[in-house]
Amino acid sequence: MTEFKVNNREVSNVNVIDLSGYLDAHTAPILEDAFARLIDQNKFNIIVNFSSLDYISSAGLGVFMAFIDKVRSNSGDIKLTSMSKKIFNIFDLLGFPLLYEIFNDDTEAIQKFNSK
Amino acid sequence: MNENFYINEKASFKSTTNNLGEIRSFVGKILEQIDIPSDEKDNIILAVDEACTNIIKHAYKLSPDGDIILNITVRNSELAIKIVDYGLSFEPDTVPVPDIKELYRQHKVGGLGLHLIKSLMDDVKFKIIPGVRNEVSLKKKIAQKSISRI
Repeated sequence: MTEFKVNNREVSNVNVIDLSGYLDAHTAPILEDAFARLIDQNKFNIIVNFSSLDYISSAGLGVFMAFIDKVRSNSGDIKLTSMSKKIFNIFDLLGFPLLYEIFNDDTEAIQKFNSK
Repeated sequence: MNENFYINEKASFKSTTNNLGEIRSFVGKILEQIDIPSDEKDNIILAVDEACTNIIKHAYKLSPDGDIILNITVRNSELAIKIVDYGLSFEPDTVPVPDIKELYRQHKVGGLGLHLIKSLMDDVKFKIIPGVRNEVSLKKKIAQKSISRI
């Protein structure tokens, strides 16, 4: 069985999606829904916090690719924070740090959003 | 060196993403018997997940009735995982190495899984018999000391 949860919160006009559990091809649609809901509400400054994520496969990484263009074309961004070394290594293997800003914690990412 | 060391475990799963957690657990339990670093175990589990996800999505086109057969053997200093399916075949050599910036431009994510599998394992070979069966063989060298306690 695969357990995966998302939680949404708003901090300083930035929307934070907290991930927990296992993000794979089975659970990726849950994250897709979370992004789609924010975009429907015209919320384009998005942080994804990985601190409680145990596992990610390429299906999970694919979700970020699916939404990033829409978000950036609306002057927003998806910034990634609080990744364990294990999760970062997967992003790194696929070259994602070339496309996404990855921060140590939410505070750094929020500062980056609010400084633009 | 313990020449008698040997693991040979087989399991069959239906082709639904709902089974990915169970597939990872099956691989993880076998890897518990081997004293290798946890990050190496994580990489092997991820490679199997990626291979099975590709089978579910591409060989069986998300139909849940297909069979995925996993056979894991550990002998001397090699872990070998054979994954067989009976779905649609493909030409593994035609899958390009993904260029993340190009994929971004095209809004596509194709090929990420296969690239990960090749990055995480020491050897990846396909044996495709179109219309009959597809087999992917994943191999990882493991230090002899990792298995001497068995």
